[in-house]
Amino acid sequence: MFYREAGQFKTSYAADQAIFPIAQDRWFVWGVLALAAIAVPMVASEYLYRAILIPFLILSLAAIGLNILVGYCGQISLGSGAFMAVGAYAAYNFAIRVPELNLLVVFLLSGGVAALVGVLFGIPSLRIKGFYLAVATLAAQFFIDWLFIRVKWFTNYTSSGSVNAPKIEMLGFAFDTPTKLYLLTLAIVALGALVAKNLTRARIGRSWMAIRDMDIAAEIIGIRPLVAKLSAFAVSSFFCGVAGALWAFIHLGSWEPAAFDINRSFTLLFMVIIGGLGSILGCFLGAAFILIVPLALNQLPALMGMPISTALAAHLEAMIFGALIVFFLIVEPHGLARLWSIAKEKLRIWPFPH
Amino acid sequence: MIKRSLLLAAAAAGAMWTTGALAQANEQFIPALVYRTGPYAPNGIPFANGFADYLNLVNNRDGGINGVKITFEECETGYATDRGVECYERLKGKGPTGAAAFSPLSTGITFALIEKAPTDKIPIITMGYGRSETVDGAVFPWIFPYLGTYWDAADILVKYITEKSGGSLKGKKVALVYHDSPFGKEPIPVLQALSKNLGFEFEALPVTHPGVEQKATWLKVRQSRPDYVLMWGWGVMNSTAIKEAAAVNYPRDKIFGVWWSGAEPDVRPAEGGAKGYSAAALQHGAGTYNVHADIVKHVYDKGQGAGKKDEVGEVLYNRGMVNAMLTVEGIRAAQGKYGKKPLTGEQVRWGLENLAITNDQLKQLGMEGLMRPLQVSCQDHAGAHFGRVQQWDGKNWAFVSDYIQADQGLLGPMIKAAAQKYAEEKKITPGCLQGP
Repeated sequence: MFYREAGQFKTSYAADQAIFPIAQDRWFVWGVLALAAIAVPMVASEYLYRAILIPFLILSLAAIGLNILVGYCGQISLGSGAFMAVGAYAAYNFAIRVPELNLLVVFLLSGGVAALVGVLFGIPSLRIKGFYLAVATLAAQFFIDWLFIRVKWFTNYTSSGSVNAPKIEMLGFAFDTPTKLYLLTLAIVALGALVAKNLTRARIGRSWMAIRDMDIAAEIIGIRPLVAKLSAFAVSSFFCGVAGALWAFIHLGSWEPAAFDINRSFTLLFMVIIGGLGSILGCFLGAAFILIVPLALNQLPALMGMPISTALAAHLEAMIFGALIVFFLIVEPHGLARLWSIAKEKLRIWPFPH
Repeated sequence: MIKRSLLLAAAAAGAMWTTGALAQANEQFIPALVYRTGPYAPNGIPFANGFADYLNLVNNRDGGINGVKITFEECETGYATDRGVECYERLKGKGPTGAAAFSPLSTGITFALIEKAPTDKIPIITMGYGRSETVDGAVFPWIFPYLGTYWDAADILVKYITEKSGGSLKGKKVALVYHDSPFGKEPIPVLQALSKNLGFEFEALPVTHPGVEQKATWLKVRQSRPDYVLMWGWGVMNSTAIKEAAAVNYPRDKIFGVWWSGAEPDVRPAEGGAKGYSAAALQHGAGTYNVHADIVKHVYDKGQGAGKKDEVGEVLYNRGMVNAMLTVEGIRAAQGKYGKKPLTGEQVRWGLENLAITNDQLKQLGMEGLMRPLQVSCQDHAGAHFGRVQQWDGKNWAFVSDYIQADQGLLGPMIKAAAQKYAEEKKITPGCLQGP
């Protein structure tokens, strides 16, 4: 009744090709953005910012990066944590060695460095596919972990191997409160999501999807696998790198290579699979699911006034969370984003279904 | 998704607000970051039990700290840094005055919290772990590495093995088998400096987290045959290392662990293989004293014990208990200045920095013989730099040395230099904080 496009006529190609062709969708997205940028800062507590919203946004950005590679281009990667680490350590080295640089430039440069490393580790994808490629990217994960633990230059010769991010300052403006940090993260992530969405709708994104669906056919119709695959690796690693820099600078403040270990790569892959392969919205849904549900489960007993021991709460968290993953994958193997679009389809013909 | 997280947040915020309103009582909130699950749980559980039992003891026996009741809440970190940071954010604002002080019990979480403490104005107690240069209270006013750091531990262990090999380590070979994380890497600079000073050959052998894969490391040990092996391990890494040492037949009485590698869960799984293995003790060892009798009487007999009664007095249980005691005494010291009421983190920080525990006070606390007195100051946030060496005889830990003091003539300049480097990186002007 409320959600239908009857009467919305498109009179230009631009209107026809808009990201959200239906007006209601546009309003909804603007509403969500307004909520996130204006309403949230009015009510949110520091816990909400630091423990939930900021990590959620940053991991969403990393998941977007991985989804470009896995969901759009069909190249399975287990090295996204490593590319985040490259971004984090690149940002650290830029920030301490060239302190004059604006932090936004530092984040962009660190994304660039991660993109280069990503292309390097993407080269095997030209020869190998599927599970074999996953194993090859696993090599990236272990190599980069090793590199940052062993080569002291990257950590500026700190004795413990743990490094600290400098203060977040841009043009003399200090991002010192959680609200400011949150808004900075929100701006970067929103911009990143917009760029990613448009990339996937453009020629380059279509070439990725062609490679994903059938690489030989794609090659026959004139798509060069070398360019398509390596550009997917570059763009994917760029997003992961920026997310890694944000994770290190804004979320952690002080980190060691263990913050970007193989578990980080697996978590990101789960986010992408549960959220929905080949969907930008799915990245946000997946990140929210993987990050927030365990925290909520962990705090639920205490909030409901049930005095259970810490250990039991932790075990219950793992069990229920695991069951939920299985449940969602059975109900909708295409991820939460697919559930969302089914809901929209249903809403369109509501209240008079055929 | 943002909507969903908002709802959750609203629920959480609402709940927090109501508990906050209810807790306007005469209460001091002490947070507990624990790990009762995961690969480090065998060591995390006794520590958490000791911590909880002591706080319950103070409430049940004394009615709180000078009449101010202690409330506390545990949060499971699983030894993971990101979950630890989440727990910190969750607990820091609880109670009428916020968290008194955090004890993260993980070097990774400690490193992350060092960055957050100055803005939140909450002190961090890192008893026997964490970042060694935090001894310098002028650069790290909020961090308290009570009873000594890894640098102290390295020096104490080297002093002990020097004495054992007849007063000189010249020409000997010392290997360090370490957990490949900031925790394990901390002692390396001191061991390198000592190897230069004392003329021994130093070799560092990393073990990746969590430490169940050590075959290659110990084969290397067998190959290079060091005269002594120092071990910086935690959790399952310790028992695995001892088993592997037995498998390659490296004499266990040549292996010396740090104080986080010298508890019952570390040696029991290796059974007979652990006999002769030694480890440093962070002043205290295992054993029961007057305070334990009180804990059994006032906590366990009332059915409030956190663990099993026969585990009271284990090494890590005692460490959690001492950690809780130092937190409580710090609050008590702060109450002397600010009045007998719930205190803020900023006020507790003053108490922690001016904490002095004499022999008489230890006697009153029922901990005489368990540990030495300590005197904290801005220049020395550790308060004491003593350790003992204990050996596992197959059934019990027994002390084999007297108290050994770490050489501050060597460590002092290193601490100053490292703290200076940190201050420059973070643009901090060093200076002692006065009270709030």
